[in-house]
Amino acid sequence: MIEVKNLTKAYGDFVAVRDVSFKAENGSILGFLGPNGAGKTTTMRIITGYMPATAGTVLIDGLDIFTQSLEARRKIGYLPENPPLYLDMRVEAYLRFVAKLRGVPRAKIESALDHVLEVCGLTDMSHRICGQLSKGYRQRVGLAQALIHDPPVLVLDEPTIGLDPRQIHEIRGLIHQLKGNRTVVLSTHILPEVSQICDKVVIIADGHVVLEEYLKQLPAGTSLEDIFLASITKEHHSEGASAEEKLEEVGAGHSN
Amino acid sequence: MKNSLTIAGKELAGYFLQPVAYVVMTVFLLLGGFFFFALLRYFEVTLSAYSAMQNPEVLQRLNLNERVIEPMLHNLAIVLVILVPAITMRSFAEEKRTGTYELLLTAPIRTGEIVAGKFIAAAAFMLIMIGLAGMFPLILIAFGNPELGVMFSGYLGLSLLAISFVSIGLFTSSLTQNQIIAAISCFGALLFLFVISWPAQAGGTQFLGLLQYLSLPDHFGQMVTGIIDTRDIVYFLSLIFVALFLTQRSVESARWR
Repeated sequence: MIEVKNLTKAYGDFVAVRDVSFKAENGSILGFLGPNGAGKTTTMRIITGYMPATAGTVLIDGLDIFTQSLEARRKIGYLPENPPLYLDMRVEAYLRFVAKLRGVPRAKIESALDHVLEVCGLTDMSHRICGQLSKGYRQRVGLAQALIHDPPVLVLDEPTIGLDPRQIHEIRGLIHQLKGNRTVVLSTHILPEVSQICDKVVIIADGHVVLEEYLKQLPAGTSLEDIFLASITKEHHSEGASAEEKLEEVGAGHSN
Repeated sequence: MKNSLTIAGKELAGYFLQPVAYVVMTVFLLLGGFFFFALLRYFEVTLSAYSAMQNPEVLQRLNLNERVIEPMLHNLAIVLVILVPAITMRSFAEEKRTGTYELLLTAPIRTGEIVAGKFIAAAAFMLIMIGLAGMFPLILIAFGNPELGVMFSGYLGLSLLAISFVSIGLFTSSLTQNQIIAAISCFGALLFLFVISWPAQAGGTQFLGLLQYLSLPDHFGQMVTGIIDTRDIVYFLSLIFVALFLTQRSVESARWR
């Protein structure tokens, strides 16, 4: 269970995320949608404790990610936008390192390792050097490191980006299979992905949440794409106007 | 502590997955060997010249430690000024650039443990390297009779110096994601510690006295001559502590930016 409450993050004067709140339940996959630069990655980095919010909190299974950071972080498996691989390590050694780092008991490391290698289809690749793997396999190793300590909460930042259609299909299947009793949050800007595997969708635009809804409860007959575009354009309307004004100003400058 | 050792193990193994570690060790030992050879040769020539003069008093004063080991250690210290930045520049800068920093900072470990782990690995690397340079005194022991205590003190000094350098290198690496910037600023800082007392050479005010105290060659030089003084040990330990403390603050502050 992830509860995001009134999250705001400012980088200097620039506010990346404004008052974002949503909830992801156990045993469900939440699709976190939004155009590029909407604040998806920032929100996920705050959820995983990589950086603190300017205001607001995140609760991971009831643990506050800021005040009970170590306990909360123990519950999270996180795949950042770029899989965080040490490129000169072998897959096996890398995953063992991550397992120790995340506190998997020594006796269970080997079985955890075999398990994630199998689940992520990496068994044949375990002796390869990370830097020599293709993009698709790197993504799988990234997923394997997020899963190695069998976390109740999984945060995946664009897990299918840069993969070929077959790999995308496989990774999606994998994520679906992983759901079980976990809470999964995955960000993407590929809409079919959400309708295929998610239970709930949160759309974020310009740092605001513009929609939080169960997929089942979306009005029948409307496609996710329509809803997405409608909610985003609503959000952009005011900005668009100001841009037009700016254009006019520029034009006026020229005519003078 | 367990987490620090996990990181230290990965870091130390990581040094040897890269050619940099081998190159650094080779350069250090080759130069060390050359210094040793050149100084020993000079010592030998001097010795035979004085023997020919049949002056037992001067001959008595010719000392293997003073003539060979001491200058060699001083030269190796200068070599470390150049080699240490090459070893430490990656430590944090590379993790930031490739994104593995996100893995470390979201793992259930404290930033202090990350810094400690990287420090242990870099310090261990230096001790291995200096340990290998211990073959030079072993050769002297086999063929001559140098003073063991003095050599021990000198190597202890060189180890403390290397470990202090490494701490400073970790700090500069934690400030940037660019390895070149990390290396150059580390190099600058280390060189500065060598020359910091120059304005104080003339003697004078308390401020200049402080510069004198901060001067690294003074403290190192004491140990090389065989004097293990708590003041020098404290100097190196405080250098290490301050640099590691700043590194921890710098890593922690990266979260807040």
